[in-house]
Amino acid sequence: MKAYDIVIVGGGPAGLAAAVAARKSGTDSILILERERELGGILNQCIHSGFGLHTFNEELTGPEYAARFVAEVKRLGIEYRLNTMVVDISRDKVVTSVNREDGMFSVRAGAVILAMGCRERSRGALNIPGYRPAGIYSAGTAQRLVNREGYLPGRRVVILGSGDIGLIMARRMTLEGARVLLVAELQPYSGGLKRNIVQCLDDYGIPLKLSHTVVDIQGKERLTGVTVARVDASGKPIPGTEEQYDCDTLLLSVGLIPENELSRGAGVEISPVTSGPVVNESLETNIEGIFACGNVLHVHDLVDYVSEEASAAGRSAAEYVRGLSADGAGTVIRMNPADGVRYTVPFLIRPERMDEKMTVRFRVGSVCRDCYVSVYFDGERVLHRRRPVVAPGEMEQIVLEKEKILAHPGLEVITVKIEEA
Amino acid sequence: MEKRELICIGCPLGCPITVTLDGGTVTAVEGNTCKRGDDYARREVTNPTRIVTSTVTVEGGCDRTVSVKTRTDVPKSMIFDCMRALRGVKVKAPVHIGDVIVPDAAGTGVDIVATSEVEQQGAGIV
Repeated sequence: MKAYDIVIVGGGPAGLAAAVAARKSGTDSILILERERELGGILNQCIHSGFGLHTFNEELTGPEYAARFVAEVKRLGIEYRLNTMVVDISRDKVVTSVNREDGMFSVRAGAVILAMGCRERSRGALNIPGYRPAGIYSAGTAQRLVNREGYLPGRRVVILGSGDIGLIMARRMTLEGARVLLVAELQPYSGGLKRNIVQCLDDYGIPLKLSHTVVDIQGKERLTGVTVARVDASGKPIPGTEEQYDCDTLLLSVGLIPENELSRGAGVEISPVTSGPVVNESLETNIEGIFACGNVLHVHDLVDYVSEEASAAGRSAAEYVRGLSADGAGTVIRMNPADGVRYTVPFLIRPERMDEKMTVRFRVGSVCRDCYVSVYFDGERVLHRRRPVVAPGEMEQIVLEKEKILAHPGLEVITVKIEEA
Repeated sequence: MEKRELICIGCPLGCPITVTLDGGTVTAVEGNTCKRGDDYARREVTNPTRIVTSTVTVEGGCDRTVSVKTRTDVPKSMIFDCMRALRGVKVKAPVHIGDVIVPDAAGTGVDIVATSEVEQQGAGIV
């Protein structure tokens, strides 16, 4: 069986950045396995601009951003296989894949980096009553059809959910001549970035109705219309508020779910909150030598942060194969998301193993205005940062310093919470 | 004195910006956290601009389409003119990032350029 120091599952933005960082940290033997016929992942269909401001200090489109990393992977001579689907990762890090050239084959990995990304939540997860006609797509499917295949999936469009891909597709389909009648969002706040509300909806006069959902779908062969109603605070439709929209297309932009079938198969512990692996400061899962980064770990809004996180995972994996982290280190500090904070990544910190500065990313559960992001070392408040607004659709982050943590010997729990002003 | 509230679209942070105008002249920009935000706010209240992105058909390529963008911002009022300039445009593979697809789109003085690579059909994927 062929052996590699590091095998990376997925050649999207996370996998590419992890590979580049691992290579630059001194690991020569790296293999990227990618199921598509090209590297770059979802960025290849994200043709809009706005990527790369953090990473490259310029505004790029998705394909351009991906191309920078692909060029770097090629320049560094990192090995990759395309059209290759990983079907199993074992606990002892044997990675089994299939493709047309090699059939089924296994490689032994010193370390594995999980970078499989996420999937869109589908209609089946929503329980919308009505028929199942053609014309109902996830926003990402529509994005692929329009941007990669050159098909416009419909002319009169309603979008359910205000996730970023839905907002981007509202603009895209409008530019291609479709009429987007409405974006309906179940929650009382948008699921997408504010800038996308401005430049994708407001610019084109597309209405966004918050606290609204689709309660009926009409049409037998092809979608002919949907019924939209207002919902109460518990998300239940309010009778008498129904409105009819005649449309041939319904796009769903109702959330993304990390794709962790392979991780589960390897015995990786999955958080019920993020649907991604439970990781420590090195982005290592409960299985030694298996690391995770990008949308398979938790869903990001910004590819720049995916690249940053994945680079950290790549460096950690390189250190691991060099044997630097063989010693499990003594203390383990638990991260405790509380009072409005849904989760943090990482979940655990071994202070001896952390970098001088470590980014902790988290999301809040609801919109909160004029509040503070607070961090407590056990009972002592060590950070109290004012935020005009925090929202579930926008990932937050804080930076922890190793020096400060080491200055608190015996520290057991770091709490991150939202406090009212 | 007129005050306008904007959300910066310069980057995904989406800073809330307040612009103060006096008879069409910007007298103050507040709330931005970088230079880009200041530029955006001043432009947005005087001559709003956007980058337009789309795709065009590719003949003889590994992909059916190639993604394109206006090389720089164009006036917001010219977005649909740029889209019209792209209608029916076909290019032959190979296409490389930065290749000019439509020069001086719709009289904006801005070229529309390719933003992805499309190899010729049958070219070995390395």
